[in-house]
Formats: sequence, structure tokens, C-alpha cells
Amino acid sequence: MSEAVLEISGVSKRFGTNLANDNISLSLAKGEIVALLGENGAGKTTLMSILFGHYVPDTGKVSVMGEDLPPGKPRAAIRAGIGMVHQHFSLAPNLTVLENVMTGTESLWSLASNVSAARKKLMAISGRFGLRVDPDARLGDLSVGEQQRVEILKALYNDARILVLDEPTAVLTNIEAEKLFSTLKDMARQGLSLIFISHKLDEVMATADRIVVLRGGKLVAERKAADTSKAELAELMVGRAVHRPVRDAATPGETVLEAVGVTVRQDGVDRLKAVDFHLRAGEVLGIIGVSGNGQTVLAQLLSGTAQRSAGDLVLYGHGIGDLTVAEAVEAGIGRIPEDRNREGAIGEMAIWENAVLERIQRFSRHGLVDRRAGIAFAKKIIEGFDVRGGTPVSRIRLLSGGNMQKLILGRNLIERPRILLAAQPARGLDEGAVAAVHERILEARRAGTAVLLISEDLEEVMALADRIQAIVGGRLSPPVKAEDVDARRLGLMMAGEWEKEQVAHAV
Amino acid sequence: MRFERREHRPAALVIATPVIAVIAALAVAGVLIAFAGAPVLTAYWKILTGAFGSRLSTTETLTRAAPLMLTGLAAAIAFRARLWNIGAEGQFYFGAIAVAAASAHLFGGLPSLLQIPILFVVGAIAGMVLLLFPLWLRLRFSVDEVVTTLLLNFVAILFVSMLIDGVLKDPTAFGWPQSEAVADAARLPKLLARSRLHIGLAIAVVLALVVHFVQSRTVFGLQSRAAGLNPAGAGFAGVPLARTLVIVAMMSGGLAGLAGAIEVMGVKGYVTTDLSPGYGYSGIVVAMLANLNPLGVVLAALFTAIMFVGADGMSRSMGIPTYIADVTVALSLISMLIAVFFTQYRISR
Repeated sequence: MSEAVLEISGVSKRFGTNLANDNISLSLAKGEIVALLGENGAGKTTLMSILFGHYVPDTGKVSVMGEDLPPGKPRAAIRAGIGMVHQHFSLAPNLTVLENVMTGTESLWSLASNVSAARKKLMAISGRFGLRVDPDARLGDLSVGEQQRVEILKALYNDARILVLDEPTAVLTNIEAEKLFSTLKDMARQGLSLIFISHKLDEVMATADRIVVLRGGKLVAERKAADTSKAELAELMVGRAVHRPVRDAATPGETVLEAVGVTVRQDGVDRLKAVDFHLRAGEVLGIIGVSGNGQTVLAQLLSGTAQRSAGDLVLYGHGIGDLTVAEAVEAGIGRIPEDRNREGAIGEMAIWENAVLERIQRFSRHGLVDRRAGIAFAKKIIEGFDVRGGTPVSRIRLLSGGNMQKLILGRNLIERPRILLAAQPARGLDEGAVAAVHERILEARRAGTAVLLISEDLEEVMALADRIQAIVGGRLSPPVKAEDVDARRLGLMMAGEWEKEQVAHAV
Repeated sequence: MRFERREHRPAALVIATPVIAVIAALAVAGVLIAFAGAPVLTAYWKILTGAFGSRLSTTETLTRAAPLMLTGLAAAIAFRARLWNIGAEGQFYFGAIAVAAASAHLFGGLPSLLQIPILFVVGAIAGMVLLLFPLWLRLRFSVDEVVTTLLLNFVAILFVSMLIDGVLKDPTAFGWPQSEAVADAARLPKLLARSRLHIGLAIAVVLALVVHFVQSRTVFGLQSRAAGLNPAGAGFAGVPLARTLVIVAMMSGGLAGLAGAIEVMGVKGYVTTDLSPGYGYSGIVVAMLANLNPLGVVLAALFTAIMFVGADGMSRSMGIPTYIADVTVALSLISMLIAVFFTQYRISR
């Protein structure tokens, strides 16, 4: 390896009693991709904030090309060639791509802005790294993947030679993520150095040259990607061996829910097109697909927040009309929403209020809330589902993603639902929490709950589902048995290839 | 330096916040008083004696506080559900004119015990109607209610002005533009004889307690809070969003309308276009000073009334413009907003 372009040495940072970074040293060579791997709260983001000058470290220093950076000065970091791609983009949706890229690069006092030179430079960078984007498009009109490209372009426009990406795939679909990683590799080949933060083992193994594992604020290991395995990294990251649970043989019971030719029309577009599926007690039906293909509407349909425009729903053997939220909850449908912060929880309300809100009729009398019963209910969930970091009366916002998801699971599963709708239940969770969530879902299945698992994570679906259907453009493939398919076949199904296959079989 | 969200809000801090805010505001206002060439402490003393120095001034302060409590509650309820009702002023006038018309033309013959409650309902409904229209526009066409409710204030006041110069004009008022008077049976009983202080104050305090109870104990209170904090999350949990907003709007508009009704029935007896010295707008300030807490509204309304009545007394005896009251109330609001911010965030490095 060539000389180090970036050197972090002995950095520590304490917040109150919490030692977020404990004497961390790290170096980065020219043209190298280093992955910073760790669970939520391991100190990855803190370390990168110190690197970028957002935080002042208690001890230690950062140097670029052998020169020390002054602590706490983001401007100096940018000037030294460090570019940051934030998880939540720091872009203005009402400006164009070019305007966004130029923002902050020109003096406030300059009389004219040199737009044409900026455009030329942007197009040159865009061409060099294959980051295609229309400079005149309004940022708000772009997809999340394209917005991320703009964020990267903005860093490169500021002449970044070291690029830091904070959980770049958290907001991307699988296909967008693959594209991103091939771009990153290309950038490294052209001499840029990259650090990307992640807790996803697959992408770390596939992309990075070197992997640095953080746990509890300490640097616990450093491995070359070629010399390690996913299992070893998982253990290093969590601190103990973790095994995602895998389902055992199923003994499906009677059909509890059946959809026949269900279409959902929203804003003049058919989001679900004549879909058929059925759920059986004690069985997991996995719906796999690239996000944005109708999963959201399918989940809404069974949550009671969207209504069908055609087709029949048969619940426990009886045809039903429009399903409201109250009816869904009453009918024993447990619901795990795909976006837990937006739909699953009201951050500023107490944990107990979040636990009872969707079944408030049971926790009230004559219109008055039974606070004591609600707190007792929340306490039961917290104990039964190992929710850490809060009491029934603390605000739910204080919980970590994994613990919030455990609470949401708990408020549904503690009631022994007959049906569990789980939309992207492990999205954004770290390894330990994923295993816990999967274990709970399988436990419910053993207890006879019919589970509808909507996910874009192949591994998750193959581990949990008994039968699998793919969702593409609002249409569902016929179900296949999990035993009969492999990842390749599922990939084809996700690309909408099942119809050709059917034709082939028919012939 | 950056701001970090506090994980816990200590109770002492929550209670101390408004006190510190008011003291800070008085300190800054003191500088202005000094600029005006008056001794600061004496001026504050005059404000206090102006508001409480005599039986007359005390009852006057309390009479002023009553409508402020009601419009303050109207704003607090709406804002808590993120319904930005800036139209309490117009709803106030609608309530007032509805009561005057109803008493003069429909219920004037009824005995007090019957007529007063009926008129309360009439005034509240008039206020509701004026808020339900902008709410419908928001729910149906996503029209921003800040704009519609604000602009409707001018429509409402001009409409009232038209009525009191036209069909509802009092023929015995020597040509002054004022409405026909409410019947004698519609006049509110006094809390204190030989003063203007009427039972409206008691009604306002009771309603503040009722609103507090509804918000803290009932299913509706929980649901409307959820709907205000996170509409998507509330909808997922089955909170009927539109219905919740309609009920909130009825409570908010109803309280503002009731404020107008009580002011007519308790103080003046008829409607003029200067019936309200900006009670509707001051209600917003009162609600924000109270941090949207209904019990806090009672205290914030008292504070605002003290400042207004007291500053009148001070300016008479010391020759300082009464605008110092407006400035002080405005400064209290600003310092309150800053103080509330610091109960939620802390500074860290």
C-alpha cells in the first residue's frame, strides 16, 4: 500500500458518562476503500463527525497528508479534501442540482456567480465517475438514489480526495445500492480514498478492501476483506456469536385470510393489480420485491389504511367489506408498519401511550383513558419483549431502532394475533436486533399465527418464509414453496420473469 | 457549540421557565422605560397599583382577563392539534353579533335562566361556523388555514360593521353605528356588585379546567394530541384524523365565539366595531405564553390583562406611552419562546 492520506490517531470523545470513542486510531491509503462496521451506537458516526470537524475530540488528532487538521473546523476539513455524504442529505429540495452543488462554494460578496464554469466542472466530474444526473433538474423531483448522487457530486465538486459515506445504502433499493458500490470502486481505482459506514455485512464484504470493526466505542478488529468471513465479522461486531434463526418444518392450519383479484387504486393509478394470495395459520408467506412495487399499498390494505377498489377479501371464511384500522385490530391482525418512525410510533408521546393508542377502546371507559391499565400493559411488553432504554412513561423517541421495533412487535404479539402483518420488520436494525425480531416472528408462527412478511431482503425471506410470492409493478406472482427455489430463481421472480416461465411450463 | 435535545425535562425547570421569561422581559422593558425618562422601579410599581391599586382597577383587570382566557384557550386547543386558527378575532365578532341579533329578535322575551345559556350556545355556534369553513377548505383542497382564518378576520369584522350600520343598527343610538342591545334578561349577573366584573370570568376558569381534563384524561385528548404530533402515525393507529380536526375546530371556534358573546352580554350590551381591543390576536400570545397548557392560559391571560390595565394607569400618572404594555407583552412572548426552547434543548460543545 502507498502512504496514508488520512491518519486518525488516539481519538477519544466522551458524552456525559458515555465514552463514544475510546482511543481509536485508523489510517487510510490512497485508492483504498475502508468500511467502518459496527452496530448502532458503536461510535461510527461520532468518529466521522470528529474527522469532519463537527465535534472536537477530547484527545487525539486527525491529519491529512501528514498535516494536522485543526479540531472543530469543518471548513478546514473540506479544504483538506474531506467530503462527507450524510445519511440524511444536506441538500435543498427547491433548488436545482447545479445550484445545490454550487451552494457554499462561492463568496457571499461576489457580484456575479460563475454558473457556466460551475456547470462545466460538474459535467466533467459527472462524466469521469459515471454519476449521470441532469444539472437543471429540481432536486425535489429526483429519486432518493439520484439525490445521493448529487450529494456525492457536491463533495467531489469541492475537490474531495477522501470521501466519507454515512450508511449510504440505508435509503436505497438493492439495485441502487449495487450501482452505488460499482461507482465507489471506480472512484477508488481513480485514486480517491473512501470510508463508508455500514452495519450490513454483505455490502461490506463485497466492496471494502479493509474492514474496521467498532464496538462500544472501541476499535475491536481490523481485517482485510479477503482474510475474513461474514460469520467472523458478525461475531466481532456484536461481541458474541449471533445466529439468525431459521424456520423449522411448517404445519400449516386452515386458511385465515384470502385475497381474490384485489385491486387498489390510488390517485388514479392501480397500485395493486388483481392480486391473489392466501394466508394459513402457522405459516409465513413471504412477499419479496424491490421496494416501490406496491408493497406499501399491500401493507396498507391489510392495516386498514387503504381500501380496495375491486376484488374480495375473505377473513376467517367470511367475505368482508372495507377494513378499518379499528376492525383490523379487533379482528386480531397484528400490524408492523414499514416505517416505524413515521407510522409505528409517535415520538413525542410516552411508551405506554404508543402501546395503547391503536387499541384505545380497550384501555378506556366512557371516553376516559385508563392510564394505570395502559402503563401496566406497557410494562408487560417491556418485560416480555426485552425492550431496553425506557420506562412506560418515557418518550418512545428515546428508544433505539431495535428497541422501538421490539416494542411495536410486543404490542401486537402480546395479544396473540391470528394474523401478523410484518412490513420490512428488520429494516435498518443491527444484527442482534434482527435476530431478536426474526425469533419473535417464528415464535408467533409456531403458536399458530399466520404471518405475511413483506421484505426486500432475500436472506430474510428465505430464512423465514414457507411460501414466497414476488411483487412486481403491483402484481403478485403465484406462490412457490421456499424449498423449491434458490436465490437465483427468486431474483428472476423479482424481475418479473415468472410469467414467461409459466408459459414455458404450459407448453 | 450545538444544541442537543434534552432527554428529560426536570419539573422544576418547566415551572421556573415562565417566571424567568417574564422577569427577563420586564428587565428589557425596564431599559425602554429608562429611555423614556422615567424611574424604572416606580414605573413597575405604578403598573402594579394601576392593575390592583383599587377595587375599581382590580375588577377592571379581571374583567379584561376573562375574554383573554377564552380566546387563549381557543388558540391553545387548536395549536395543540396543529390547526393554525389565527381567526379568533373574527370568530369573537361573529359570536358577539350573533348574540346581539338573537337576543334582540328571537329570544329577548325569555327569562335569564333560559336565555343566557341559549345565547352562549348561539355565540359558540357562530364562532364554530366561521372556523369550519376554512377547515373544510383545508381538508378538501389543502388550503393553508393560516391564510384563510387570518383573512376571514377582516371579512368578519367588515360584515359585522355592515350589519350594525344596516339591518341590526340600533335606531335609538342617535346614528352611531352600534347594534341593537341585548335584552336586559340576557345581561350576565355580576360577580361583584357595583363593578363591571361579571360571571364570564368564572365561566372562563371553569372552561379552562374542563379543557385541561379533556386533554389530559380523555380518549379524544390522547387522539388529538397524537394527530397533532404525527398525523401519519396517528392515522396508522386508527385515529380518525378529519373527525378529530373537526371537533378541535368546533371547540376552538366555539370558545372564541363564546368570548365575543360573553363580552357583549357581560360588559357592553351591544356590538360596536371596537368591542375587542384585539382579544383574538392577544389570545394567540396568551396561548403561546402558556406553552399551550390550558391551566397556564388562565395565568397568562391574567398577566396580559395586568400589563394592559396597569400600563394605562402608569402612563396616566407618569407620562409614558401606553405602548410600553404592548412592548412588555411582546418581549415576554419572545423570552418565553426562547425559554421553552431551552427546556427542550441544552447547549453542548
